Amino acid sequence: MSDTQIGWMGVTASLVLVAIAIGLSLWQQLHLTRSMLWSSARAAVQLLLVGFALRLVLDSKASVWWAWLWVVVMIIFAGFTIRSRAKEIPGIFLLGTISMLTVVIISLSVIFGFHIFPMQGRTIVPLAGMMIGNSMTSCVLVGRRIIGELSDKRDEVESRLALGLSWSDASRPYVRSALRTALVPQIESTKAVGLVFLPGAMTGLVLAGVDAVDAVTVQLAIMYLILGSVATSVTVMGLGLTRQMFSSDHRMKPIARASH
Amino acid sequence: MLAIMGTAGDRGDEGVLLQFSAVSFSTPSGIELLHGVDLCVDRGAVTVMAGPSGAGKSTLLRLGNRLEVPSEGVVRFKGADLTALDPQQVRRSVGMIFQRPIPFPGSVRSNLAVADGSAADSAFVAVLQRVGLHSSILNRVADDLSGGEAQRMCIARTLLTEPEVILMDEPTSSLDPENRIGIEDLARELAHEGIGVVWVSHDLSQVQRIADRIEVLIDGRNATPVESLEYLKQGTEGEQ
Repeated sequence: MSDTQIGWMGVTASLVLVAIAIGLSLWQQLHLTRSMLWSSARAAVQLLLVGFALRLVLDSKASVWWAWLWVVVMIIFAGFTIRSRAKEIPGIFLLGTISMLTVVIISLSVIFGFHIFPMQGRTIVPLAGMMIGNSMTSCVLVGRRIIGELSDKRDEVESRLALGLSWSDASRPYVRSALRTALVPQIESTKAVGLVFLPGAMTGLVLAGVDAVDAVTVQLAIMYLILGSVATSVTVMGLGLTRQMFSSDHRMKPIARASH
Repeated sequence: MLAIMGTAGDRGDEGVLLQFSAVSFSTPSGIELLHGVDLCVDRGAVTVMAGPSGAGKSTLLRLGNRLEVPSEGVVRFKGADLTALDPQQVRRSVGMIFQRPIPFPGSVRSNLAVADGSAADSAFVAVLQRVGLHSSILNRVADDLSGGEAQRMCIARTLLTEPEVILMDEPTSSLDPENRIGIEDLARELAHEGIGVVWVSHDLSQVQRIADRIEVLIDGRNATPVESLEYLKQGTEGEQ
């Protein structure tokens, strides 16, 4: 066993920290013991299943198409996850799925087109997963912001429409504000990387024994790709949702206000 | 001389800019707000829409500006069905002033540029003068204007689209008496220039001051002549 493989004993030992969390919950009467046990057990089952499935998909002898199939399933699950987080937004599943698909197509085209990473199962799945995972939260955020902005500023939007502006011109200032709000956290996170926290991919590589500077170059490429992915997904979701808020004859549809 | 309409749909088309014929409108949830309403808006006249709250007056104006589409009936602009015309062009020809002034973020100049981005400052100055505002307010933040100034700026903004009809939805309801009279005078001037003005009001003394024609709406329908007289009489007596 290499020093990066912790084995079952290591996993079992790490449960001591879960026991500490449960002890704190009991001491402070937080009534979170059952939730902690359930989430820990669920995480173990989910990750083990994923691990065994990934072992099959990422096997060097396995066809790369299994990895692409995995990505398709991830995109669909991401659509469902986005819908479950923002049920109040009409058509969010389709928009979310299209956003994720766009992100994957663009980001993986860049990655493999410029030979940043080799196109193999072991690169396709984790890279797509990182792009999708980071874009999902921003998609939900921009969806809620757009509904909020257009709902709060309905008078202004209709006043612009009443002057003969198209739906896209009438909504532009408010959509722009929503897009900025959704993108700022990712920009801030990109700024703080290395100073405030060490990102996951780099940490994983360092733990796996890779040279720190080599790990940084990989992490940098991933950070830039994530920033691009988030910007792409937010824009696709934002513009798609805005279009959906207006009829083809430039009238604003009634909006069910998002709950925050 | 003041005319109470009541049979608007039967009048001839000469001079009619905007015509509502048997117009009904229901919300998406199925609530009927207008039922078979007729109205004619003439060139160069102030047509006042009076009636109690919830009678459907604002909804009728939104149909005229094409912000809504009738469930039944037809709205025509110069004889053409609005739904067959380019909605953006209709909205520039049939302008709308809302109850509360709605300045956009930014300066007065940027507000006016929303209506006509290619216009020069001289055009902005001219339209500001037309609504009784001094050119010095061009650089002021629109949100800092007083209620009366903001409503005048909104009218100026609409005038930049060179409308033939202006729909005014209780435009003085949030203004003090001095500004109220000022906006009324402006509406009369616009009518004098040939624009068809539709003015929604609850204020019966105001109705009498500015109306060339009056149409009363009750419960989403045209009031009968008897109901119209009764409504206007009650209002007048209430003010005495």
